[in-house]
Amino acid sequence: MRRSASSVLVGVVRQVLMAIFIVALLTFIVGPLLWLAIRALATSWTYPKLLPDGWTLQWFGKVLDDPQLFSSIRLSIAFAVTTLIVSSVICLPAAYAFSRFEFPGRRVFLIGLFATNAFPKTGLYVALAALFYALNLMSTFGGVVLVHLLGTIVFMTWIPAAAFASVPRSLEEAARDAGAGRFRVFFSITLPMALPGILVALIMSFLASFDEAQGTYLVGAPTFYTMPTEMYSLVLNYPRQVAAVFSILLSVPSVVLLMLVRKHVMGGQLAEGFQIR
Amino acid sequence: MSSNDETSGLTLSGVGKILGGRTIVDDLDLRVGRGELVCLLGPSGCGKTTTLRMIAGFLTPDVGTITIDGADVTGVPPEKRPTAMVFQNYALWPHMTVFENVAYPLKLRRTPKNEITARVHEMLELVNLMHHEKSRPARISGGEQQRVALARALVQRPAVLLLDEPLSNLDAKLRVRVREDIREIQQRLGITTVIVTHDQDEALSISDRVAVMNAGRIEQYSTPTVLYRSPATRFVGGFVGAMNTIDAELRTGPDGPVAVVDGLGVPVESVSTPADGSVNLGVRPENVLLGDGSAGAPATIVRAIPRGHFTEVVVHLSTAAEQPVELRSYIDDRSPVARLSAGDRVGVRLHSVLPYDADGRLR
Repeated sequence: MRRSASSVLVGVVRQVLMAIFIVALLTFIVGPLLWLAIRALATSWTYPKLLPDGWTLQWFGKVLDDPQLFSSIRLSIAFAVTTLIVSSVICLPAAYAFSRFEFPGRRVFLIGLFATNAFPKTGLYVALAALFYALNLMSTFGGVVLVHLLGTIVFMTWIPAAAFASVPRSLEEAARDAGAGRFRVFFSITLPMALPGILVALIMSFLASFDEAQGTYLVGAPTFYTMPTEMYSLVLNYPRQVAAVFSILLSVPSVVLLMLVRKHVMGGQLAEGFQIR
Repeated sequence: MSSNDETSGLTLSGVGKILGGRTIVDDLDLRVGRGELVCLLGPSGCGKTTTLRMIAGFLTPDVGTITIDGADVTGVPPEKRPTAMVFQNYALWPHMTVFENVAYPLKLRRTPKNEITARVHEMLELVNLMHHEKSRPARISGGEQQRVALARALVQRPAVLLLDEPLSNLDAKLRVRVREDIREIQQRLGITTVIVTHDQDEALSISDRVAVMNAGRIEQYSTPTVLYRSPATRFVGGFVGAMNTIDAELRTGPDGPVAVVDGLGVPVESVSTPADGSVNLGVRPENVLLGDGSAGAPATIVRAIPRGHFTEVVVHLSTAAEQPVELRSYIDDRSPVARLSAGDRVGVRLHSVLPYDADGRLR
């Protein structure tokens, strides 16, 4: 009897801890998001009222009608897409080389890539600014793309390198044996099999570029304002509801991309294919 | 089996390969006639897989030449060789269906679409996998994956078919069936085939000829029967089938040849090459004949191990030496000797004795 009493107690404690965990999760993750959503749709919402005074969509209109805010959305997408393309062109071949070839300095390069993330970003950007002034890259589109590249290079090299390395060599050899040249082998065997890993890297890079604020502000301002840099002035100069709407817009790509990852990487034939080695 | 003029089939001459400072394959010569099935048999690290990979083109020999049907392919990359390989882990492409896997080599050769379909279907029917045409490799069993890999190799109509340990990932029952399937298909298509294996049973049961390899060299290259009956070296004898080895002196006595072991004369009923003198004798267990004590050299049964259709009897020869001389004998279950047990005394005679010299070569 006593034993069952103690096991009941353990069960209760477990349930209480679970409840606390769920409440904490709701408070700190769902809570702010909810606050943001309500704020974006409220006419006005002032302390100590529990609910807004009224509901409206006018703040969305205000953001989309404001030419400066709208152009920052377009610019953010332009930077993210450009960064993604340039980063793929540079990093994917490098990733393949890291995974398949043994060359002098291979380890040094691999570790060296981390160096971009090892130092405080602001310090790095100040040093970078000095260089950019000398090269006339300040306030240029290319300069901003370069800064964004710095943030994506680690994802775009390490994750695809691991994905390429996980493609068994014998699968490539089998393709060569079947009559395929090196390029054909890469595009018909290696790349499709490494695709899930590459997709993850692409998504992380897109988001990293989309959310980059410090470097973009330092190099791009006052010519280029992206969504994250625009947030700085938004918080100070616009009604709070506009900032809330902007935050929601800023998080749309993340949510959409995460949905895509869930559908195409976690399930389906790509993941299934990885079961046989 | 094989119509052999000098150039047809596969020829390796003087092939050598050093990898990581170690000599893996050393001055190797091998001729495989057209339509012949040859097994490269040997322990791990003997160079058999390296040899196969050189034939496939994944490795280039440091010295020597490889020719296929008279054409030198030594420096030709794998995609341009008339060889097709079945990999040990099958190496099927998981992102393609069974059909797409088999069709891939044909697509590379720009074969017309209707011909691709016809030839792939022909191959899938050959290996009995039409019902899995649209399955992905991960969804079918190991044996089925193996057959897909075979179909993918055969659809290329290669001059030489290569198989790297094709049965090692299958369970014992399946292994016997699949190897018979491979042999049957190989004979039906008359395709020159080289199989790498470490399983002597497999090699003996499906090959026209077996090349036993050791330390980068071929120790013996003969038909399974010759390989078993007269292994050219002690290594081959020990690797292919079981073998008793004893140090003895062969003498010709009044009643025929005798092997003198530590002073004890053991009657020898037949010897491959009559050779008097001190030798190392190899005797297959089925050639160690046990009878009642009246005929043959005296010995004591140490163990009798039932092995199903026969009994393995271990005896010690009654010699004067401290270290007993042990012999293993396979006894038919119907023989009265099979009913004896440890401690019983028997008489030993030897049959088909193989005398080896100090270097382990058959005299």
